[in-house]
Amino acid sequence: MYNFEFEKPDTIADAVAALGGEEAQALGGGQTLIPTMKQRLASPATLVSLTGISEMQGICTGDDGSLCIGGATTHGAVAAGAGVYPALADLASHIGDPAVRNRGTIGGSLANNDPSACYPAAALASGAVIKTNTREIAADDYFQGMFDTALNEGEIITEVRFPVPEAANYQKFVQPASRFALVGVFVAKYADGVRVAITGASEGGVFRWTEAEAALSANFAVSALDGLSLPGDGMIGDLHGSGDYRAHLCAVMTKRAVNAAG
Amino acid sequence: MPKDGDIKSGIGASSKRREDIRFLTGAGNYTDDMNMRGQAHVFFLRSDIAHGTINSLDTSAAAAMPGVVQIFTGAEFEAVGSIPCGWEVTDKHGAPMQEPRHPVLAEGKVRHVGEPIAAVVAESLAEARDAAEAIVVDISELPAVVNMKDALKDGATKVHDDLTSNLCYDWGFVEENKAATDAAFETAHHVTTLDLVNNRLVANPMEPRVALGDYSRADDQHTLYTTSQNPHVIRLLMGAFVLGIPEHKLRVVAPDVGGGFGTKIFHYQEEAFCTFAAKACNRPVKWTSSRSEAFMSDAHGRDHVTTIQLALDKDNNFVALRTDTQANMGAYLSTFASSVPTWLHGTLMAGNYKTPLIYVNVKAVFTNTVPVDAYRGAGRPEATYQIERVIDMAARELGVDPIDLRRQNYVTEFPYATPVAVEYDTGDYHATMDKLIEIGDFAGFDARRKASEAKGKWRGLGINNYIEACGIAPSNLVGQLGARAGLYDAATVRVNATGSISVMVGAHSHGQGHETSFPQVVAEMIGIPEDQIDIVHGDTSKIPFGMGTYGSRSLAVCGSAMVRATEKIIAKSKKIAAHLMEASDMDVELKDGVFSVAGTDKSVAWGDVTLAAYVPHNYPLEEIEPGLEETAFYDPSNFTYPAGAYACEVEVDPDTGKVTIERFSAADDFGNVINPMIVSGQVHGGIAQGVGQALLEGCSYDDNGQLLTGSYMDYAMPRADDLPFYAVDHSCQTPCTHNPLGVKGCGEAGAIGSPPSVVNAVIDALNSGGKKVAHIDMPLSPDRVWNAINNA
Repeated sequence: MYNFEFEKPDTIADAVAALGGEEAQALGGGQTLIPTMKQRLASPATLVSLTGISEMQGICTGDDGSLCIGGATTHGAVAAGAGVYPALADLASHIGDPAVRNRGTIGGSLANNDPSACYPAAALASGAVIKTNTREIAADDYFQGMFDTALNEGEIITEVRFPVPEAANYQKFVQPASRFALVGVFVAKYADGVRVAITGASEGGVFRWTEAEAALSANFAVSALDGLSLPGDGMIGDLHGSGDYRAHLCAVMTKRAVNAAG
Repeated sequence: MPKDGDIKSGIGASSKRREDIRFLTGAGNYTDDMNMRGQAHVFFLRSDIAHGTINSLDTSAAAAMPGVVQIFTGAEFEAVGSIPCGWEVTDKHGAPMQEPRHPVLAEGKVRHVGEPIAAVVAESLAEARDAAEAIVVDISELPAVVNMKDALKDGATKVHDDLTSNLCYDWGFVEENKAATDAAFETAHHVTTLDLVNNRLVANPMEPRVALGDYSRADDQHTLYTTSQNPHVIRLLMGAFVLGIPEHKLRVVAPDVGGGFGTKIFHYQEEAFCTFAAKACNRPVKWTSSRSEAFMSDAHGRDHVTTIQLALDKDNNFVALRTDTQANMGAYLSTFASSVPTWLHGTLMAGNYKTPLIYVNVKAVFTNTVPVDAYRGAGRPEATYQIERVIDMAARELGVDPIDLRRQNYVTEFPYATPVAVEYDTGDYHATMDKLIEIGDFAGFDARRKASEAKGKWRGLGINNYIEACGIAPSNLVGQLGARAGLYDAATVRVNATGSISVMVGAHSHGQGHETSFPQVVAEMIGIPEDQIDIVHGDTSKIPFGMGTYGSRSLAVCGSAMVRATEKIIAKSKKIAAHLMEASDMDVELKDGVFSVAGTDKSVAWGDVTLAAYVPHNYPLEEIEPGLEETAFYDPSNFTYPAGAYACEVEVDPDTGKVTIERFSAADDFGNVINPMIVSGQVHGGIAQGVGQALLEGCSYDDNGQLLTGSYMDYAMPRADDLPFYAVDHSCQTPCTHNPLGVKGCGEAGAIGSPPSVVNAVIDALNSGGKKVAHIDMPLSPDRVWNAINNA
């Protein structure tokens, strides 16, 4: 790790100001950034910790009934406090291990947009709104590819707003070493239709399986998925599974998620 | 035999591991816990290229960086010896193996990713690392030799220019049996052929390697603190072969060590460097491996590619076995690398069976990868895996029960001289199989399979036998086979004036629980409480010259030395007691810590005798010396042969290929058992590593020699939730016939015995699901299993 300056502001405004400095970088729970820095693969001049900002902490229910989670809320806090959205709480409770869940934050995860992370699937399948210090971004516009998002330089995720579905489930098939999602499928059923988002599989990062969504919106049953499949082309192929294998798992995990969502 | 728990102390008691108190309360003293006044830190600049010529190495800018003490390159070590290989293998034509120089720091070429090119010694690790980044290295990349088959082709790029090829040796064993073996295959009723890979592993001990060199100008004394399983071996190799330091000027200390699994047997460049640099810089020099460095500098394990063939007659008797193996050595020969695929592998190819004809061919191959050496089991897991997989395959091809096929071919009469040059002293393979069937509840398997099928899962049952050669090793025998060291061990029993005892042992404990189990033996022999006895190990300045811990040898070899030394103590103390009781020492008995004279009411306590030895006022000084301290060296007359039968039950998810282990049972014959709880723990850990190899672990390189599994993000270690509760039994005991404790060794069994049963179970599960899959190479990751299902 190279030397860096460390700032821990109390307010979003102060954080935004600090992030305006040269080579400043926001630090959430540090579960990706700190190991990267330890390997000397990142060398920000200043780290701006977001964990001291009380207005970015916590979970509440919005006026429209949506679940609002502060950007600096840890996975552990979501696992314990997002009971109105059980599938989301369950997802959070299976990220990493207790140490990771006690440090890692929802804002950090979504800002990083690791192609194997769990939260992007939940946000995209829920049609969540990613609220930043400057604007609100619909999940459909937010995820732009592996490690790529609509966030601008210095922009901070202050809150994530999840419409609570009628039924939902997340099925994660873990990569054996990292236990990130080799394939993770989040299915969420709303009054106006079903959304299916898949993480871990695609070279383009998290994506919606629109064909499955249409079939499930018409008939929310496992049988509605019969015969549906995704192509292996464009899927990640690595030591842990080919593109074809991942494509196959997408269908299997989607069925399991529908079955579990009941 | 008594049941676990019936015995409260001494041999057979499950005494709690006394060392765990310090390990679990943070009071352990590991090498990285040591920091010395004036200590500097070294950072090794390691090659990120698998194979290349070093055109230039400019350290001038780096040398001017803040905090830099001194920068070293290969040039500083040209006059220093090669990191040695401890075993010379002779090939099938009678020629010695090809043995390249293994420099401390790269000389002219780099030969694997992770090879140290330069070393920066600085005030702090951060400054050393900063300076290392300022070293300008110009390397012309050469084609990397990664695949062993390609490495052996004519015209292949050579890893070492001064060798004739990438072939280290072509070993045939037993060469005299080859023609007869081939002839038996010609006339065999059935031949089963299996191509398999024994996957390359990274040991990953919890504690990474650490070396701290210190030098005292006052008395020209070098000290190396290091994470080693065998401090005397390091002193011998480094002092005599690399740095030329006489042994009385070199002390090697291996304090608490957090797991070894073989990878801490070997002498590494970093140890030689820190010892050398401490004198060159005139200050202590410390290196602590990062986990990333460990992946590319700790010796790897296994990495064999094999074709095995089993020939059977019309009655399903095994008539011949032959194998053809390529064994990866990596870029250089690590300490015991050459012995693993040969003498630790070929000699075990008879397994538990009376196959009359066996021929083993092994080609050891240099590649541009990290050196490969012994890893828990070392050669014996590779042998067991081949034998037990090919038998299972034969049973499936012939439509016979895999247990019956094994049973009819068991060795049943002992001693048994195998056709591969070893003699099993004792064993009872039917007994361990009977026990396995009981503890594994084979009777209930069909019901469990049906229950799995009801959930849409395929359930499989896999079994295997194993045998290993442990208690390494008879020195005169291994000397004939090419070992460059003796493999005896030693113990000094120092009885103090008040009767407490310190036992200095050559074995090293790094998880095995010696500090608990060794005193149990001495306590039993003398009849005093275990807590009156302490073990001292890990410091060449304190212990007699022992060869350390590996090959499940500690109790069988060093423990035997301790018994011999204790016998000397008892003999001498009886003479003292006889004097005190005015009796003949022939009439003196020692029981429960009290000496008595048979047929009289005369007695004298252990403490009275020991006190007399050190306060010899009333003492037979004309006959015996005062004091009570004895040393014994013990050189075994044969290997020991632990054996057993293992069973694994898996569920396979046909939709995903995911394998879960539902049950695992191990019936081992370790001979006599000193501490059943510790033995169970050793088996538990071994199974975890074997299951890791079978399902999860696999070290992988790309075609350019880049390590693809360089961290836990891609190298899958077994975790607690990957494993079931085990059924472990070691009540089948045929004591070793040639060591005084009748013990065989238990450290490696779990890792040797478990991979075949896991794979056999998965194959059984797939076939139960209608998929005619004959074999899948380890690790049986979900994608591999799913592919096998889909290609069946």
